[in-house]
Amino acid sequence: MARSAKGWLAVGLALGVLVTAVGVRTWAGPVRPAEVRVGIVTFLSGAAAAPFGIPARNAAEVIISELNAGRVPAPYNTPGIGGVPIRPVIIDEAGGAEKQVAELRRLVLDERVDLVIGYISSADCLAVAPVAEELRALLVMFDCGTNQIFEERTYRYVFRTHGHQILDNVGAARYILRIRPQVATIAGINQNYAWGQDSWNTFRDSMRKLKPDVRVLAEQFPRLFAGEYSAELSALLAARPDVIHTSFWGGDLESFLIQGLPRRIYERSTLVLTTGDTVLPRLGQQIPPGVVIGARGPHGALAPNVPLNRWFREVYTNRFNVRPVYPSYHMSQAIFGVKHAYEKALAANRGAWPTKEQVAAALRGATFDTPSGTIRMALGNGHQAVEGVAYGITSRFNTATREMELTQVFHFPAECVNPPEGMKSEEWIARGFPGARCP
Amino acid sequence: MNLPRGALGVLLVAALVVAGLVLPRWLVFLLALALAKGVAVLSVVVLMRAGLVSFGQGLFFAGAAYAAGFAMRWWGIREALLLVPWSVGLAVGLGALAGLLVARYRDIFFAMLTLALSMVLYGVLIKAYGVTGGSDGIRIPTPTLLGLQLSGDDARLVVYYLAVAATAAAAWAVGRYAAAPAGYLAHAVRDNEVRVAYLGAPVSRIVYAAFLLSSGLAGLGGALTALNVGHVDPGLAYWTTSGELVFIAVLGGTGTVLGPLAGAVVYELIRSYAFKYAPYAWQMLVGAAMLLIILFLPGGLWSPVERVWRRAQG
Repeated sequence: MARSAKGWLAVGLALGVLVTAVGVRTWAGPVRPAEVRVGIVTFLSGAAAAPFGIPARNAAEVIISELNAGRVPAPYNTPGIGGVPIRPVIIDEAGGAEKQVAELRRLVLDERVDLVIGYISSADCLAVAPVAEELRALLVMFDCGTNQIFEERTYRYVFRTHGHQILDNVGAARYILRIRPQVATIAGINQNYAWGQDSWNTFRDSMRKLKPDVRVLAEQFPRLFAGEYSAELSALLAARPDVIHTSFWGGDLESFLIQGLPRRIYERSTLVLTTGDTVLPRLGQQIPPGVVIGARGPHGALAPNVPLNRWFREVYTNRFNVRPVYPSYHMSQAIFGVKHAYEKALAANRGAWPTKEQVAAALRGATFDTPSGTIRMALGNGHQAVEGVAYGITSRFNTATREMELTQVFHFPAECVNPPEGMKSEEWIARGFPGARCP
Repeated sequence: MNLPRGALGVLLVAALVVAGLVLPRWLVFLLALALAKGVAVLSVVVLMRAGLVSFGQGLFFAGAAYAAGFAMRWWGIREALLLVPWSVGLAVGLGALAGLLVARYRDIFFAMLTLALSMVLYGVLIKAYGVTGGSDGIRIPTPTLLGLQLSGDDARLVVYYLAVAATAAAAWAVGRYAAAPAGYLAHAVRDNEVRVAYLGAPVSRIVYAAFLLSSGLAGLGGALTALNVGHVDPGLAYWTTSGELVFIAVLGGTGTVLGPLAGAVVYELIRSYAFKYAPYAWQMLVGAAMLLIILFLPGGLWSPVERVWRRAQG
């Protein structure tokens, strides 16, 4: 009897606490959680895992553990997010857009993540963005290249904290004209899918606008993951263009470079590798001098010498025995953007935990520091980041870093290589880059 | 317990209807995806009945999904009850054309030809960037139902019930087909084609009919997938998609109508939980599940259920 009375007392107490908790919750917005759960979606298997997925996952792991320990330099020196530890929930991006749509729903509704950072494939980004909006779930896309997302529709809950493919290729065109102003002929070899086609079209059209007498000698689109390029190399060698542009990545890029070396493709033409940064640590001395290297922004070997970058390179290299490449930097931008937005919303809320809408409002149009420099959310109604882009040219092998050194590094600011707000990229290039401010 | 077979179907449909209301929303979405895939698996099973293994159902699966995408993009049609028949019709049209060639072949030649045709579609979808959006694919906006604008959870639920209704219809149609002369003859073609011909039955027409039915079912699965996911990409035509359908057919069992559907649901669940608990080894878990089923339930997942059912029937 006494036991049962005690039991009833306990139930009553529990109910009371619950009612109070619910009351507080509805009255004062969300309660400060025990942890911020962040879904992280990146390729853990398949062809995009080694060059992109794993470096991005590594960055997420090391940054989140350092953030939770409060060891990141200012302005991110508070532990976790506003003192609340971050808990990553990592899943594989493999399985196609259909699988990823199902997984995003599961992350949000079943795992109850507070937000999702993810997606390398443009098809996945295009497929999941409307779903995140439907679920009213915060989604920060960290690496996909397509410029379609915010140019075709407006979003409330979806963000992208890195620049899209336009800046890589407009930047590449501007860089080529800076180091080789006499360039007369160009050629391209790009993978036959959206990324390759978009990249080449942007580069070619930009070159034609910037130097109308440039002639295109070859446009090659071998299939994705072809891995063998002898016919293409023969055609490129015979065409003798001044510049060869490629947006190849991963295994395809390495195969192309290694197969092109004995045939000295780089002696007749200047090679432009828009994603070249990812192979610098992997191929070392195998990359010849005189190759133009990009990193899809000021990342990797082309990142600015700021305290955050020095810190990032050090902790990443110590943990994984290899330096971070651009997908790692893209991941850092997403995480720091989220931390910045949460803490800004916390401050605006006078310390009360913010709602998703308040975090989204704080991220909209925000400006924040990252290892790649300062990022501005300037396009797509404040949902799409702009960043500058840097290019350099390989010179000599550095035995200390075991990488080719880059010289003639040139940094193009964001307003030089991104369309202004409200204008579609294609239109911006077709009209001759109106509003672009270049040094 | 002496239930007619139709009663089991009604019970299952009722269970699915209730599931839509009580299960968490992500699971309902997964179930809709699994049913759509299950219908496409039925298309593989219909051909297996005639002794043919198709590794190219992606042709119809993706063909119908893109048909829905283009109808929305070009003509602004968003009515689900128009989109589904249109997509299925297009898939059957594709099947009628492809069948003229493919239905003459058997065994490995049939498998290879169907695979080749689906990869042709894949190549076209990837390369015709200006029309198909290339590897980025096409966005499929939320459909309307009988002119009703839907959004959010309502839209998900409506698409789920559409999938339930379409799956029930497909299962019924396949059941009828299997019990009809054409279905029995297809079975006979598998056992001994020459004898069927000598009995005076039109072998080529029987196989062609099975192929048409199969393309329609794969198309129905593709259309439902497109409406559910809200995005189509060329991966739907890739051989791994077609291979997955064969995989699920083996997993579920090919002797019944419910086996493939159950197989699809189980497959999606295994894959989702493998994603959740083993993000680095999910492929291995799915493969291990497959191996275990082949070893211990060679008739497929559904075979023990079928055995119990038969015993109950006496």
